[in-house]
Amino acid sequence: MDRNFLIVSTICFVAAVVHSGIELRAGLFRPMRFNFAAIGLGFVFQTAFLSIRGHALGRCPLTNLFEVFIFLAWSIALIYMVVGPAYRLSLMGAFTAPLVVLLQGFALIAPIDVHHPVKLPSNSWLEFHASVSLVAYGAFALACIAGVMYLVQERQLKTHQLHSIFYHLPPLADLFAVITRLLWWGFALYTIGLVSGFFVGRPLPYIQVVCAVGVWVLYALILQGRHLQHLAPKHVAALSIIGFSAALTLLWGITFTAQTTSLP
Amino acid sequence: MNLFCVGLSHHTANVETRERFAGHAQSECILRDAGCTEVLLLATCNRVEVYGASEKRVSTEEVAHCLARKIEKDAHQYALPFYRYEGEKCIQHLFRVASGLDSMVVGESEILGQAKKAYESARQSGAVGPYMHRLFQRAFRVAKQVRTHTEITRGSVSVGSVAVDLAQRIFGQLDNCKVLVLGAGETSERTARALASRGVRDLRVSNRSNDRARELAERVGGQAVPFEKWPQQCRGVDILIASTSSEVPLLTPANLAPMLSDRADRPLFVIDIAVPRDVDPTVNEMEGVYLYDIDALRSVADQSLAMRRQQIASAEAIIAEHVADLLEKISGELNRASRMSGHPPVADSSLRV
Repeated sequence: MDRNFLIVSTICFVAAVVHSGIELRAGLFRPMRFNFAAIGLGFVFQTAFLSIRGHALGRCPLTNLFEVFIFLAWSIALIYMVVGPAYRLSLMGAFTAPLVVLLQGFALIAPIDVHHPVKLPSNSWLEFHASVSLVAYGAFALACIAGVMYLVQERQLKTHQLHSIFYHLPPLADLFAVITRLLWWGFALYTIGLVSGFFVGRPLPYIQVVCAVGVWVLYALILQGRHLQHLAPKHVAALSIIGFSAALTLLWGITFTAQTTSLP
Repeated sequence: MNLFCVGLSHHTANVETRERFAGHAQSECILRDAGCTEVLLLATCNRVEVYGASEKRVSTEEVAHCLARKIEKDAHQYALPFYRYEGEKCIQHLFRVASGLDSMVVGESEILGQAKKAYESARQSGAVGPYMHRLFQRAFRVAKQVRTHTEITRGSVSVGSVAVDLAQRIFGQLDNCKVLVLGAGETSERTARALASRGVRDLRVSNRSNDRARELAERVGGQAVPFEKWPQQCRGVDILIASTSSEVPLLTPANLAPMLSDRADRPLFVIDIAVPRDVDPTVNEMEGVYLYDIDALRSVADQSLAMRRQQIASAEAIIAEHVADLLEKISGELNRASRMSGHPPVADSSLRV
């Protein structure tokens, strides 16, 4: 039953992707209303799914890789809905929707929705740690998307080959400001998530802690490099993509090891 | 009721001919005397057109006579470049004109303002009635829709506006940008003026001749900088416009690198409009530097124009929809008028003299 909500949500995001594709192909890209509506609707169904699943489990629905992926997709949509209109990044939806479709599509197709044979006990610190960390991942994902947009725009400016998309992407300065803010938000949330992880009441796997701290250090270095102006905007954009890829790999690893050991 | 358009434009007449028929306000009154119940004169530098509605057919020659500033002996001289559209073709032509499809630079939006002004002027003088009102109000709607739903106005098509457009794509708001103009040529002045019109407040001008630098600085509301000091100024600027007559490049990666050392997160937009070029092309390979020479700017302008041309089909589709809709609403009256006057309907948009 709850998966039906997820399927409908995925269809909404697919509609946003298809619409963006058609519009971009025709060179008539005005995605704001349709994309925002489709993503908003998809977000509502995601929320419905997480709510139903949460009630059934009696805790935050982060008990397997499937739920983690959906929660991450939900965080990305949430951050987009906050950031997109605020910074007039209408085209960000065209980049956000495919990422969400990828995450949800994979979660729906792959056999990763493994239910635990026994009901998992509620642990508020663990749930807080996991959910805050995933919202931080959402911010990092959006920074990654803004990074892709920055590199696309920068490349066109450098090569003097300006395609239709050039006129719809925000200025480089605005994109860089958005990347920086998203990285700071993500970093702050990730730090809270990381620290709260030490209060879960049981020892965490050593490798998870090392990797999580590694991601934290990576983002800290990016922000420090940005703050001290040691990194050019283009490098910050590229590193925000690399950082999110590393974080996503780590998330997979953490969830996988948690599933193979015992609790997430 | 006959709905017609008689006119000449850059497609059919050179500027000398267009000047002769530039039209004046009295033309509308004369045309009303000639039998037009409603008349509107659209006169711009690229076209002189009369849109009219009449019970009886008003000939092209009559319109031409009214438009001519002085009646010349040989009427054939000015009768030749005129075109005439009637009924559906007239509506379609006006919609194309208002949408910028018939303009010299496809998609330019100035014509819409000029059409609105012409309509307002005719309305105030009482020269337009219900037909022209309906026709022009719909034309303004169509033009707006074409601009909103197609990319027909997208991109800049002149060197100066391309430079300003690119600056906005790099920096966003230009209010806080610092601009250094190297050389006091005409093109650099135009570009500097265009940047100032988009919000740039900090403009500095440097030239070998300090007097010319001061003159230009005064004209564009900037300040003059001694030519020896431009490399130091370069450290703080965001946009550099180079247009000196130097035979060797003034800016090379070697002398630009130290200037960029303390501005890692600030891009530098270099507009090189000098021939021979003032800036070594390899400067474009440097991190955070965006170099556009005159050819690159022209290439961007050409790309924009090509992109606009690709949108013509979409714009024509919107226009066709509105033409059909408007025709449906007024066709009864037009057909009645056509039957009464006994004039054959105009089959196509070919020129009729």
